[in-house]
Amino acid sequence: METLIGLLVAAPLLGAAVLLCGGRRLDRTGHWIGTALAAASFVLGAVLFADMLGREAEDRTLSQHVFSWIPVGGFQADVAFRLDQLSMTFVLLITGVGTLIHVYSIGYMEHDERRRRFFGYLNLFLAAMLLLVLADNYLLLYAGWEGVGLASYLLIGFWQHKPSAATAAKKAFIVNRVGDIGLSIAIMIMFTTFGTFAFSPVLESVGETSEGTATAIGLMLLLAACGKSAQVPLQSWLGDAMEGPTPVSALIHAATMVTAGVYLIVRSGAIFDAAPAAQTAVVTVGAVTLLFGAIVGCAKDDIKKALAGSTMSQIGYMVLAAGLGPIGYAFAIMHLVTHGFFKAGLFLGAGSVMHGMNDEVDMRRYGGLRKYMPITFATFGLGYLAIIGFPGLSGFFSKDKIIEAAFAKGGTEGWILGGAALLGAAITAFYMTRVMLMTFFGEERWRNAPTPSPKEPSVEPAAETRGEYEVPHPHESPRSMTIPMIVLAFGSVFAGGLFSWGEAFVHWLEPVVPFEHGHPPVSALTVTSATVVALLIGVGAAWLQYGRKPVPAVAPRGSLLTRAARRDLLQDDFNHVVLVKPGEYLTRGLVYLDHKVVDGAVNGTAAAVGGLSGRSRRIQNGYARSYAVSMFGGAAILVAATLLMRAV
Amino acid sequence: MNPVNYLYLAALLFTIGASGVLLRRNAIVVFMSVELMLNAANLALVAFSRLHGNLDGQIIAFFTMVVAAAEVVVGLAIIVTIFRSRHSASVDDASLMKL
Repeated sequence: METLIGLLVAAPLLGAAVLLCGGRRLDRTGHWIGTALAAASFVLGAVLFADMLGREAEDRTLSQHVFSWIPVGGFQADVAFRLDQLSMTFVLLITGVGTLIHVYSIGYMEHDERRRRFFGYLNLFLAAMLLLVLADNYLLLYAGWEGVGLASYLLIGFWQHKPSAATAAKKAFIVNRVGDIGLSIAIMIMFTTFGTFAFSPVLESVGETSEGTATAIGLMLLLAACGKSAQVPLQSWLGDAMEGPTPVSALIHAATMVTAGVYLIVRSGAIFDAAPAAQTAVVTVGAVTLLFGAIVGCAKDDIKKALAGSTMSQIGYMVLAAGLGPIGYAFAIMHLVTHGFFKAGLFLGAGSVMHGMNDEVDMRRYGGLRKYMPITFATFGLGYLAIIGFPGLSGFFSKDKIIEAAFAKGGTEGWILGGAALLGAAITAFYMTRVMLMTFFGEERWRNAPTPSPKEPSVEPAAETRGEYEVPHPHESPRSMTIPMIVLAFGSVFAGGLFSWGEAFVHWLEPVVPFEHGHPPVSALTVTSATVVALLIGVGAAWLQYGRKPVPAVAPRGSLLTRAARRDLLQDDFNHVVLVKPGEYLTRGLVYLDHKVVDGAVNGTAAAVGGLSGRSRRIQNGYARSYAVSMFGGAAILVAATLLMRAV
Repeated sequence: MNPVNYLYLAALLFTIGASGVLLRRNAIVVFMSVELMLNAANLALVAFSRLHGNLDGQIIAFFTMVVAAAEVVVGLAIIVTIFRSRHSASVDDASLMKL
């Protein structure tokens, strides 16, 4: 069984290698190879899962030592895998949702001539993410981490002929780099403190080190998680990452990439348990991000960007839960899995809508689409109900648990976190209802040509300027696209209930992820009712604004907050002023210094030597007699000097 | 006769030779002046040899003669070649070796 673990990673990696090196002869079959290898990885995962279920809870952890990667004296880096309940959960999510997205992409990318390459990148993405969750030590995890960063760069910038996509890919890569620095520093601290970076020794002995060291490691890991999971302050790449093809967004937001940060925090739980300051930082980041993302999601008219805001917000919930310690770890992972289902479903639904609407992304150009795309409407609707936490659906169970755990943190902190989480739930209901109403209900706003927007055209560059307006013919997508959506809709509906049945999910994770029951200051029923009330308020507010009144086809100017949220709450302006400008000044200063001082010294020396030789070359005039004069003169001086020395 | 007088003579000859090298333009005359300087040096060497009572100076004078003979062969060859190509034996005309 152990040997199968390596194959989990190897299958998609092989797919990536074959597809990317295979050349044009694979253009016709490439997508099938990619999908088959992703599916093979899923089947392997399922086999391992069945095998794992057959064993006792205590010895379900499998490990496989493949080879010594870098053995240098005391520095021992191994390629070793570890498959326990936590990695198993991720493996199934990554390969399962990943395979569905592969299937969907067959239809979605049908007319793209670089489809083979696209599938190669998708496989690379899966392989890197599997390496990340299966690694047995932080260094190998780091390798997977970087692989994910590379694959996301390639996929976000897949339509690189668009400058915006190329820029977005670069932005994602650079922002991720900032986080990666955190991870590498954390690994360095681990090595100097513990002499190793394998999971078990580090996590077992972290209690014996000083709290300061644990806090340092924890904060660095948090920085890493912020980068990959798009948490404040490293969140700015996520919205721009929508430039990639829609299946990529689904993959990034549901199965891979953004979940990596949550995985890292939960996996390193012991470190955070030993460092309360780092934990506080984690919950703060989570709470801020969940509100930040939710507010941004409310203002976006681009359907994918609204969903991106929602991802940021939902990951914020997970990070919040992961920062709560043993009362929250399991729920963070549970929400991650249910979110994987409904967010993948929502993104694939959004892709399906765009597919039928000439790639229009502006929701103000949608409206009344439910008649034309019933399957998309149904699956998107179920995903919608799940994400807002409609009682009985997946999101309800996982999100409600997180809110309860936030209250159970205790003290003022608990009330603040719980309140933020509740507020987030209300805003989530608001913006998701808004998306739903603007897309599938109301007038059919796409029938009329878009009127040029009078104000701030730079804010929402949604509709590209076209010469003639072509009225779209909304239609249902092909079966390769609808079937994955249907499967994901099933997950969105039932996963949460299944996981919560007798706390099955918590008990499944318990041997690896410590769990204890939180005790909220108010009864669980009260929290649940409050969640439902928040949900109803959100839905009601959205209906008042977007359901009862017709939606203007051109975005109104909006309040100050709306305008700020349309600009992602000024995140880019902030980065521009705080980071980019000083950076530019610094580089300009350095260039000036380089020109004036460094180059000045070098050029000055050269000019001095040049001038001197220009003057001294005049001595050499070609007249033999003048050379003879200097020889005689020299000889005379020598004789005179000798005589003088003798006299003295 | 006092051998020191030979030294005066040598110095005089050397000076005449040096002036010739520096002041004359004709390559043949310059060449002859060089010979004059060499012979002045020889005379000085022989005079010193006599003054100090050992033969080293005289031996070196023989060496000088051999070198001078060789130099004449090479030098005259060069001068003849230059004269053939430039139709002039002026040393100042052959001033191409400059920047």
